[in-house]
Amino acid sequence: MMRRLTVPYVLFSIWVVVLCMLPFVESSYFVHLATNIALFTILAQSWNFIGGFSGYPSFSTAAFFGLGAYAGAITQNMGLPMELAWIFATVLVSALAALFGFILLRLRGHYFAIGSIAIVEVLRLAIASATDLTGGGNGMNVRFLPGGPEYVGMVFLYTMVGLMVLVFALTVWVDKSRFGFGLRCIRQNEDAANMVGINTNLYKIFAYVLSASFCGTVGAIYASWTGYIDPTDSFEILLTLKVPVMAMLGGAGTVIGPVLGAAAFSLLEEIFWANFLEYNRAILGVVIVILIFFLPRGLLNLDYHTLHRRLRHNAGRNPREPSE
Amino acid sequence: MTNQPILKVTSVARNFGGIVAVRDVSFELAAGEIVGLIGPNGAGKTTLINLITGVYPANSGSIVFDGADVTGQKPFQAARRGIARTFQIVQPFPEMTVLQNVTAGALFARQSGSITDAVEESREHLKFVGLADLAETPAASLTLPNRKRLELAKSLAMRPRLLLLDEVNAGLNPTEISGALDLIRDISARGITIVIIEHLMKVVFSLSHRILVLHHGELISGGLPNEVAKDERVVEAYLGSKFAERQRSLSNNG
Amino acid sequence: MELQILANGIVLGALYACIAVGFSLVWGVLNVINMLHGSFIILGGYITFFAWARLGIHPIAMIPVAGMILYGLGYMVQRGVINKVVTQPVLITLTLTFGLDMILYNFMNVVFTATPQRVTLELGSFDIGGIFMPWDRIVSMLLAFALTGLLYWVMRTSRVGRAIVAVRMDRDAAALMGIRVDQIYAITFGIGAFMAGAAGAVFAVVFPVTTNLSGLYIGKAFVVCVIGGLGSVPGALVGGIVLGVIESFAGHWLGPQHAITVGFVLMLILLITRPSGLLGKKGYE
Repeated sequence: MMRRLTVPYVLFSIWVVVLCMLPFVESSYFVHLATNIALFTILAQSWNFIGGFSGYPSFSTAAFFGLGAYAGAITQNMGLPMELAWIFATVLVSALAALFGFILLRLRGHYFAIGSIAIVEVLRLAIASATDLTGGGNGMNVRFLPGGPEYVGMVFLYTMVGLMVLVFALTVWVDKSRFGFGLRCIRQNEDAANMVGINTNLYKIFAYVLSASFCGTVGAIYASWTGYIDPTDSFEILLTLKVPVMAMLGGAGTVIGPVLGAAAFSLLEEIFWANFLEYNRAILGVVIVILIFFLPRGLLNLDYHTLHRRLRHNAGRNPREPSE
Repeated sequence: MTNQPILKVTSVARNFGGIVAVRDVSFELAAGEIVGLIGPNGAGKTTLINLITGVYPANSGSIVFDGADVTGQKPFQAARRGIARTFQIVQPFPEMTVLQNVTAGALFARQSGSITDAVEESREHLKFVGLADLAETPAASLTLPNRKRLELAKSLAMRPRLLLLDEVNAGLNPTEISGALDLIRDISARGITIVIIEHLMKVVFSLSHRILVLHHGELISGGLPNEVAKDERVVEAYLGSKFAERQRSLSNNG
Repeated sequence: MELQILANGIVLGALYACIAVGFSLVWGVLNVINMLHGSFIILGGYITFFAWARLGIHPIAMIPVAGMILYGLGYMVQRGVINKVVTQPVLITLTLTFGLDMILYNFMNVVFTATPQRVTLELGSFDIGGIFMPWDRIVSMLLAFALTGLLYWVMRTSRVGRAIVAVRMDRDAAALMGIRVDQIYAITFGIGAFMAGAAGAVFAVVFPVTTNLSGLYIGKAFVVCVIGGLGSVPGALVGGIVLGVIESFAGHWLGPQHAITVGFVLMLILLITRPSGLLGKKGYE
């Protein structure tokens, strides 16, 4: 039992080392790739708090990412040091997430899902129309970090990987804590969870804030990293769908699942379809169909026996898991 | 034990979109009692329990638990104060193991305590209800009688002072019922006040110290089991006025 | 001036109702949010546009054609893919239709390119009592009302319509009455797609046909459903007109760029004040 539980930590540590070593091994292309993978890993890990542990179908990742990007970019352009701008973005996004969570988490099922998508749209429109502050549809520039591309690349890679480790540690804590236990109860039967003494509203809001905070940080770092943001890019609907898909691909509600899913997705994307930008959306759609029909519980919980059977017969009427 | 009632319900009422489910119900429970709550289908028994546990707020009236006004409480607050319940339709956490289900009760009904302690304690409760061997089984795969036992264990893990049992025997066969009754007596022996909703009259009359009868949302009778059994209003509510009349004439003749 | 704004709002509202009825039907009956709906409308629009531009077929004649093509597509998508997960949690069904939408959207973008297309009918316009209105808008409004009315009529009078209503009310009871639920699900989804395709044909006359609008359409459908309630045709009609009029006035008072935001904010407020959804029930049993 103990041995099995340590495997994820070992794998994660190796993965962190691999990402950190890339600047010494290869070109700036790999640094960029590693930074991107760490970025998506953080987003997927964040989504896991609300979508995985608590089972709430949240699609607001892009809202918090975009908000963080703009909060960071604006304060940085106003003269706040970069690191402080990131922290400010995190705090602002967390506070707003608490507010949105308070409103949205009284809804369940489809209504919650819709509300969570609506937040992305509302914020995108609000940012796009606040032309004085955000430059509207033209987007805004953020000044580049001085020190040359190589140095800058490494700064952002290590920042991103560091944050990824932090969020991983947080995930481990949630997984073992009574908080995480409570979230799992909520996922399985919210009414019963309330009945055993869990303050379900508070737990859900907290999970939602956790799922937002680091999206905000990542958004702000992204703004500093790329030097330019615009509303369409920052509040991208593709992002809001891709991140949950990554977490589910690895295994939602698990500690290592989102890490695995984000890495697998990003690498597949890089190897197979980076050159087919035109087909980006369709490929995500195909990944989703494959995920739902062949990997319903993610790569981590892959049931090879069922998969084999399903591939052979290909006539499974209802892809529900066989009861244990 | 003090003389103060553990639960005092005063003029509680609740309606759903114009339909009155519970109207002007008042009663008290003394600590340590077993009280049977009976009444025909749709009499408002489950609604009354839902009001006491805060599932929905009462439209009027007050509920005092252990000297504190708890009228507007939420279910999780009721749980933390020491009111536990079982559901007519059992409500486990399906993917969790039996042990984890009980642990949830032990962990969250109190504000403090570690998971490890809660797990240890939960094993005791499982032993008590006879599910120790199934501790690592997923709750979803339990048989109905075992699910009911799991509900009981989960409720006990919450260390309640008031336990509301909603049809714990529904769907059980006679052997299983007698097992469940022994369990309930054992629970009562721990000093826990019990309210039991039950359709099987034999069961409820043999078990309860006192009976409350609900009909059309109103409390129509209450008292010792043998008194209530003779109460005409109760007979009428259950079997219709014709039967009550015949019963009366029979007893007059006899 | 106010009358003009009101008239614009009602025209817009009729189109919104037409967007939402099919979406609302599918949501109410299958308990599935069909994220494909917006793209279905666009596809109907493209079919109509190319029939008009290449073959010279009048857009009104294309309404039933686009509708039937989309019906076939919708029926197959539900039968082949969505039906297999129809009982699963929201996260799964929503992600799946979201993903399918990505495929269709991408397909249309590649095949039809992103250049907005438009059917221009040159019907002129009229002016009554200070209200100015192009005829093509009036025609599309009337067609939108007619389509919505047609759906209402089908639901009320046909065997299939009654079966759909039965399944919406109680799926298990309907199955016991001999209704083949799977079949009804597929037909319902098909009808939803039919309405989208027909709406697309109608819209091709007044709005540009471009995939960029797909997200906007689905957004409108959401808002209308939240305002008007799920699964009922009159609800969608009322919701659509309410939204159209509110947006029209908001656009006038606050500036056109805020009209959409107002709709979304309205929806969020409604969601907050009716936490279980407009038709939702709260309870434990």
